[in-house]
Amino acid sequence: MTIALEARHLVKEYPGVLAVNDVSFEVREGICFGLLGPNGAGKTTTVEIVEGVTPATSGEVLYYGEPAGQRFREEAGIQFQNTALQDHLSVGETLHMFRTLYDRQGNLDDIIEACSLGDLVDRDNRKLSGGQRQRLLLAVALVNRPKLIFLDEPTTGLDPQARRNFWDLVQNILKGGATVILTTHYMDEAQVLCDEIAIMDGGQIVTQGAPDALLAERYEGLIIELPKDAVDGGLGDIEHNVYDNLGIVEIQSTDVTASLRELGGKGIALDRVRIRQANLEDLFLDLTGHSLRA
Amino acid sequence: MFKRIYAIFRARNLEFVRDRATLAWNLILPLALMAGLSLAFGGGDRNEYTIGVLSESGQIDSNAHPFLETRYIDFVAVDELEAAQRKVARHQLDLLLALEQPPRYWVNPDSSKGYFAERTLLQADAGVGGRMQKERIEGDAIRYVDWVLPGILGMNMMFSSLFGVGYVVVRYRKNGFLKRLRATPLRPMEFIVAQIASRMVLVIGITVLVFTGTHWVLGTPMEGSYLNLLLIATLGTISMVALGLVVAARVTSEELAGGLLNMINWPMMLLSGVWFSLEGAGALVQQIAKLFPLTHVLDSARAVMLDGATLAEIAPNLLALTAMSVVFLLLGARVFRWNQM
Repeated sequence: MTIALEARHLVKEYPGVLAVNDVSFEVREGICFGLLGPNGAGKTTTVEIVEGVTPATSGEVLYYGEPAGQRFREEAGIQFQNTALQDHLSVGETLHMFRTLYDRQGNLDDIIEACSLGDLVDRDNRKLSGGQRQRLLLAVALVNRPKLIFLDEPTTGLDPQARRNFWDLVQNILKGGATVILTTHYMDEAQVLCDEIAIMDGGQIVTQGAPDALLAERYEGLIIELPKDAVDGGLGDIEHNVYDNLGIVEIQSTDVTASLRELGGKGIALDRVRIRQANLEDLFLDLTGHSLRA
Repeated sequence: MFKRIYAIFRARNLEFVRDRATLAWNLILPLALMAGLSLAFGGGDRNEYTIGVLSESGQIDSNAHPFLETRYIDFVAVDELEAAQRKVARHQLDLLLALEQPPRYWVNPDSSKGYFAERTLLQADAGVGGRMQKERIEGDAIRYVDWVLPGILGMNMMFSSLFGVGYVVVRYRKNGFLKRLRATPLRPMEFIVAQIASRMVLVIGITVLVFTGTHWVLGTPMEGSYLNLLLIATLGTISMVALGLVVAARVTSEELAGGLLNMINWPMMLLSGVWFSLEGAGALVQQIAKLFPLTHVLDSARAVMLDGATLAEIAPNLLALTAMSVVFLLLGARVFRWNQM
């Protein structure tokens, strides 16, 4: 499959801080690639280097095999985490202004409809709610019919309904054949949207691959989750992890029935037990030792 | 309530003090202004009378005539007779003196200061034989409002160009709008040109409105070509917007930008002749003034509006403005940064 974008050995150093430390990854055409990590992991800096808005200390970025340049800027759509728009412009005027900057131009009516901005076209940018603003910023990222779209923490600060609506928008964009690079610290978002992920911590990629493959590779069976106070008497020789900050104990089990029987045999009350599949947050906790939401 | 006020007060003070560049500019600006003002206007009280002395060399030999030793008179060397005569007619010079043989002087009979200057001259000349020949030049005085109008228009142009672009670009950079633009195919030079064009339309529009209004209401004179005046305004705006962009090219703090822009605004306003003529100021000050675009705007605008100067006569000013525009534009595009570094 064609590689749309390739980052090679990216390094970004600020005085006294190594924000990005030898990061490399490839993004195949037509997929949603997620760059995950807690705040301060270096994902926004990495993405901004790839987007061409922050210069790297070293390393290179290739777009369809060539150094990312004017063609990249023409074909990429970017939704930044924090972007101010020009004051005193309406939604429609803002979209028109940005579209005019590109040779490749999308149909504004289609974009407005796709991003549910129809009722807001004449509204001043400054008078939009958080969700409306995010939809406008996504629409701005789509004005050039982008082949590659960057979404940097697109649902931060949105309510659950607005987040789900936003996911629908992204899935529609993916159906249209575009490639999406998503940075987020929401694991549910990554699990719903991403075909491949890379988890960053301390400026480095600690693992990367398809979410299901990464989980299958690391976890067998299910996870039994118990409140910490329910196991005060101890678990003996049962292998487990204790998460003090979350107040829970987790046991990985390939035979849940046998494990529950063993716990009951130790006199542990099972009325507050939760059984679930391993998820990306578990993966991150295991790989880095701290919570993604920290 | 006071706790909240104090918390904000303290945080703001810390922010200001920790922004060392802004702090430094806030200290340097008043000192530099004081130094500049003492340089421009130091050396005692300003004299009441201004007498032009024709001199090709630009030097005045005070031994050439006892009148030149008179106190409280500014003797200004002038090298063009016609231009100096025009100033006598306009009451901008109280008297014009030519000491070659036979010695002559030109005076406007309607000028009260010219009358007293003439009395003093004739008294001094009587002591060396009384050979001075009199020439009369008729003409109405230029009202101060006529003279100051180009200054007001130019000053407005300067503030609008420098702050309207420089300050705004810094705000765009700070709030991330420039970063968003950088992610598009837009190039720095395109952004800069767009800013200049936008501001130019605004500034020229306002200037035309103010000019038309004062011309209509106050009857301010317009002796030359409107097209020449438009050319001056256009080049003046481009050069000053481009200067604002050079200041804003990398700055990320609005306060620092304000300090830097004031550092340019104030000397330019004081030394370019907005409110008063620098005719009697020292040669160094006059040379420094020529480094400011506003000086060339005002000199040429006054020449066109008050004296009906032709395109050829204002060409040196227009060339200076063009050169400044090109230099500032190239410099601005070269050092411009979209992001906060």
